[in-house]
Amino acid sequence: MIRFNQVYKRYPGGYAALKNLSFDIAEGEMAFLTGHSGAGKSTLLKLIAAIERPSSGSVLVNGQNIGALKLGAVPYLRRNLGLIFQDHKLLFDRNLFDNVMLPLQIVGFDHRESARRVRAALDKVGLLKREKANPISLSGGEQQRLCIARAIVNRPTILLADEPTGNLDAESANDIMDIFKSFHQVGVTLLISTHDESVLRQYQSRTLTLKQGELQS
Amino acid sequence: MKGWLFQHIKVMQFTLRRLRTTPVASLLNIVVIGIALSLPTGGYILLQNVQQLSRQLVGTPQISVFLSMNASQDEIAAIGKQLQQHPVVARIEFVPREQALQQLQKSTGLSDVVGGLSQNPLPHAYIVYPKTSDAREQEKLRDELRTWPRLEHVQLDSEWARKLDALLKFGRLAVLILAALLSFALIAITFNTIRLQILTQRDEIEVAKLIGASNGFIRRPFLYFGLVQGLLGGAAAWLIIAISLALLNISLADMAQLYASNFSLHHLSIGDSLTLLVFSAYLGWLGALLSVAQHLWQIEPR
Ligand SMILES: Nc1ncnc2c1ncn2[C@@H]1O[C@H](COP(=O)(O)OP(=O)(O)OP(=O)(O)O)[C@@H](O)[C@H]1O
Ligand SMILES: [Mg+2]
Repeated sequence: MIRFNQVYKRYPGGYAALKNLSFDIAEGEMAFLTGHSGAGKSTLLKLIAAIERPSSGSVLVNGQNIGALKLGAVPYLRRNLGLIFQDHKLLFDRNLFDNVMLPLQIVGFDHRESARRVRAALDKVGLLKREKANPISLSGGEQQRLCIARAIVNRPTILLADEPTGNLDAESANDIMDIFKSFHQVGVTLLISTHDESVLRQYQSRTLTLKQGELQS
Repeated sequence: MKGWLFQHIKVMQFTLRRLRTTPVASLLNIVVIGIALSLPTGGYILLQNVQQLSRQLVGTPQISVFLSMNASQDEIAAIGKQLQQHPVVARIEFVPREQALQQLQKSTGLSDVVGGLSQNPLPHAYIVYPKTSDAREQEKLRDELRTWPRLEHVQLDSEWARKLDALLKFGRLAVLILAALLSFALIAITFNTIRLQILTQRDEIEVAKLIGASNGFIRRPFLYFGLVQGLLGGAAAWLIIAISLALLNISLADMAQLYASNFSLHHLSIGDSLTLLVFSAYLGWLGALLSVAQHLWQIEPR
């Protein structure tokens, strides 16, 4: 499903954020990505979503070479991915419902069916009662859950989460991990970056550990 | 298809809502566009009115044919016959020199001077009405008549109308240049409005790109905005001209009474009005398109 082959990523300025990465993530797998701050976790996830391009080597998603993707094809790649960002990237000029609606608007989904799906997604993360609220009024954990609702509303086959439990207390972190587990159970491929040791201990899933941009075995 | 239509309606609603959220700025923009467009359009409609007025005043032009003083009665009759049979001539009218003198006395108020003349200085004349209304054909007829013997002077009375036509042509060129310049201004206004909108919606654009929005989807609301703003500006221009013409017509009514004519300025025809609206909408869309092409690619999510 996701395949890295001798991937290097150098940022402008010459800093090598990722060095010689090669790994595979199978369809339906739930894998964790860990490492110190600045190890390159976010960079790796960005390569999968074509937010950054590899400097050398190849990144394949569903057999598609992301590095060679034309600009016009990038939106269609992203529609198949559910992205959960480290900094949420919510829009504070609209309520929860409209935030989650955005991915469906983009693909021109039928309006009534969209509304149904948005409510289902909000229900899944426990925010349905607050659909009319502005995301600015949400707590950190709630904003994180809203971001998850937006990522899952178009039923992606791959879910990429960048530190979804960062800065959360154990209980909120568990809530969020439970949501991910339920997606794992229905066959969604997940790659979750975290430096939360307790989460890693709790799930015996495969863990990719990065150190200075290199994969530790 | 239904989804597509729904999406466009949705974007349209969104656009109108956006116009309403900044009512003063939107209104100012629309008025500025309206004024810019009303200048060349107003010039155009005035030229059209002048042209119509000149047609009305001139009517069918005539050719005055003055005969030589020493032409005999027979020769005069022969010339009359020849004129009558000419294929381009509709009808002729004979003005004897005595009648011409009387007319001169009456119409100029120079009766004393004319009455003091010991001898009538005016020749006999024919007034020739050509069949054709084409100015060049009329000139050809005039030039032909000039080669005839026993004619002192041949004059085409529509000459000043031709001079006016040349002037109108010049006026049209000036209006065209003005229109080109102000069209550019309209594009610039829209370009800048959209640039500001893109800047203020940076976050939204970035997020939309991150979750798979195509460039078309991101561009659409801006293009609609440019289109609608241009269209409303065109409508404003139409209104500005309508009000100006109504005001001019009020004062014209007094003047027309003096000249015993019922002339009044008319507004743009339906076809011209539609052209104005389509053109202004197109220019707004174009300004938005240029702005989007210039600024949207600079926003790439990181
Ligand atoms: N746009 C960029 N330009 C230059 N350098 C960058 C850029 N983005 C990241 N880096 C650098 O690349 C390295 C890896 O960054 P990355 O964000 O992937 O780390 P991370 O593992 O996600 O860290 P954290 O746990 O703090 O989020 C860092 O040293 C960072 O400074
Ligand atoms: Mg990071």
